[in-house]
Amino acid sequence: MKFSVLVEVSLRPGIADPEGATIERALPALGFEGITAMRAGKAFRFEVEAASAADAEAQAQSLAERLLSNPVIEQSHARIVEAS
Amino acid sequence: MSHVAIVVFPGSNCEYDAANAVESLGATFEFVWHTSADLSKFDAVILPGGFAHGDYLRPGAIARFSPVMSAVQEYAASGRPVLGICNGFQVLTEAGLLPGALQKNRGLTFLCQPSTVRVVSNRSVLTRTTAVGEELSIPINHFSGSYTCDDDTLSALVANDQIVLRYTANPNGSRDDIAGVCNSAGNVVGLMPHPERATSALLGSEDGRALLASFIGLSLPQAA
Repeated sequence: MKFSVLVEVSLRPGIADPEGATIERALPALGFEGITAMRAGKAFRFEVEAASAADAEAQAQSLAERLLSNPVIEQSHARIVEAS
Repeated sequence: MSHVAIVVFPGSNCEYDAANAVESLGATFEFVWHTSADLSKFDAVILPGGFAHGDYLRPGAIARFSPVMSAVQEYAASGRPVLGICNGFQVLTEAGLLPGALQKNRGLTFLCQPSTVRVVSNRSVLTRTTAVGEELSIPINHFSGSYTCDDDTLSALVANDQIVLRYTANPNGSRDDIAGVCNSAGNVVGLMPHPERATSALLGSEDGRALLASFIGLSLPQAA
């Protein structure tokens, strides 16, 4: 089966996020009030051919940890968004 | 005669500066393409600055899987000198050869300016002929140069004397003002400033010569 996967990568809590902080600072100028805890990150979508959803997710999570994120400063989360 | 490998990835752009600096100190060099798998004949290895593999994903993230990096791992493990400058430093951290990581600069601006760094340890191959406390003017040129690591790593760096250089005026938000670190053995060093661009008074500073001479294991030739 083919599974469509979404991987989200973001900085770990406690790691300074200058991009998120800059976005947050820009919000009042646009009229957005009360938005806090803005964190910037990356998202990746791809397809995995696997026997089961669990297998696809495990492969995607392994890929996320080995290449898509730097575990020294980032956390990653893979999830299946569609199966076909 | 010291023979230096300068590793070139697709997107490296400081290899000629490094080569020029190495030659001016009396050593010879070869450019080594990133698909090469053998560094055994060299006396030292430099990973120069630039944008290896376009810096796609993260600086160093893809370069880390270039075939030459297995050779760099092996070379470093044998105790021989490895230097990562700027993007080369980012590659070495991604490869796990140096602790910590480099993040986007505080302020999100690309910085291209002189910086002053202080020698913190002369235990590393880069600083073994310098004096602790010595201040050097070395330019920086980076967007992702803010050194970061967790508390345990920082404590270990301090305890093992692995912080090589600190900025006197932190330009980018680096943790603990760190500009360069080494591995625990001291033979693998990475720094964000560019010593190869500080090799001529005509260009603003020649303070990088002492560092590179130390690294390639030659005494500093008298200025012509």
